[in-house]
Amino acid sequence: MDNCENLKLTCLHDLHLALGARMSPFAGYDMPIEYGLGIIGEHNAVRNACGVFDVSHMGEIGITGEDAEFFVNRVFSNDVTNAPDGQCFYGMMLRPDGGVVDDLLVYKRRHNDFLFVVNASNITKDEQWILRQAEGYRVCLEFMSEEMAELAVQGPEAEKVMEEVVEIPCRDLAFYTFKELDHEGETVIVSRTGYTGEDGFEIYGPHSFIRRVWQVLMDSGKAAPCGLGCRDTLRFEVGLPLYGNELADDITPLEAGLGMFVKLEKPDLIGGETLRRHKEEGPRRKVVGLEIHDRAIARHGCEVLSPEDEVIGTVTTGYRGISTDRSICMALIDARYAKTGTELKVKVRKKTFPATVVSKKFFKKSYKA
Amino acid sequence: MILYSKTHEYIRVEGDKGYIGISDYAQKQLGNVVYVDMPDLGDEIEKGEDFGAIESVKAASDLISPVSGEVVEVNEALSDDPRLINADAMANWIIAVSIADTSDLDDLMDQAAYDEFCAAAH
Repeated sequence: MDNCENLKLTCLHDLHLALGARMSPFAGYDMPIEYGLGIIGEHNAVRNACGVFDVSHMGEIGITGEDAEFFVNRVFSNDVTNAPDGQCFYGMMLRPDGGVVDDLLVYKRRHNDFLFVVNASNITKDEQWILRQAEGYRVCLEFMSEEMAELAVQGPEAEKVMEEVVEIPCRDLAFYTFKELDHEGETVIVSRTGYTGEDGFEIYGPHSFIRRVWQVLMDSGKAAPCGLGCRDTLRFEVGLPLYGNELADDITPLEAGLGMFVKLEKPDLIGGETLRRHKEEGPRRKVVGLEIHDRAIARHGCEVLSPEDEVIGTVTTGYRGISTDRSICMALIDARYAKTGTELKVKVRKKTFPATVVSKKFFKKSYKA
Repeated sequence: MILYSKTHEYIRVEGDKGYIGISDYAQKQLGNVVYVDMPDLGDEIEKGEDFGAIESVKAASDLISPVSGEVVEVNEALSDDPRLINADAMANWIIAVSIADTSDLDDLMDQAAYDEFCAAAH
């Protein structure tokens, strides 16, 4: 393979190669795209049973100190005020103009002690952003992405696999909560979270621990190794955004339909003032779902046209659905055309195909209540 | 006679007709094929230019013609079931063309040369 010299490796890299994974560069890491089952087989394993992903490329940033809660509420769109220990939050870091620096999970470990889990592709940008915003606040930042590895165990059988194979009791964990365990003096975090639309868990820990869990899962045969290929098809089908596609520096959470994760009433939220104004005016663009009435697949960057053939937006992610056998995509379009049922057109290479605006939840999530 | 291009298309030559598809190596690299975008009967295609695209779950790849000529057959079975490419890429050709100029075949690789070419790509 070419250009491998500069790629970073997760602590499971040799084990992926041993399984015969097809590897590809992603966010500076040499990551598994698919294993023997292929993207479709792995996707179905997660929908119907259980799959495990190496997501050690994700970034982890610790934020502690006297001003931590105030600071988190300022840089993070969701509201962590007085949250119970062990609570997870989804939200974004916002720019003053309302654009999104990154979307992330925030773990509240205890009072004034938070963990940010950010996209691998944005680690450096996020670290610099947080450092700059932290000026003048009594917070301590810890960049832990290199030391901390992560697995995602996902699917309707994930709880059973966690309890019986990994031997971490997690029946009692509610959706979007986590607990911390001690492993030979080092901390392991287990949360009931994921990025697939299925029930599941994410496990963070030191390399040695994560390697052992992966090996135990492989030996058991109870969790299919899954690559980044199906991670994307799974999140897409249930309408979850991917930074760089449905979210970006120049796309606001209101345009992406994620307003519920932005607590605009927080007075000190960076970007809050702009978004309060945008909310009043109504967003000019919206991320919608489109169903194409053909087998053709509209990919990221394809143009969306009005009935009068005017360009009104672009496709952000598109696939032939796996759990739902349709050609579907998400697209960022002029809000005037965003109503469900609107008939539009999508340009794929040289041809134009009719498409209908539909819910971007193409497939129903099945989280545990 | 079966010849291959550097972009992993094959052409099975039968008289002045050539059946064009993608190689077994290419099929393996792509993974699950979910759509084949094919030209229409009668279209004129050019050597070195795209005549359609093949889509795996993940991405679209252009299909590059190894010869110039007119499309005389289109494998309609692929419209209904693109997975046939994964099942047997060599048997499931995509289009047939009437080869305009047989000298287009001169720079293509035979099986031995192509096998070597793929091995070197690893």
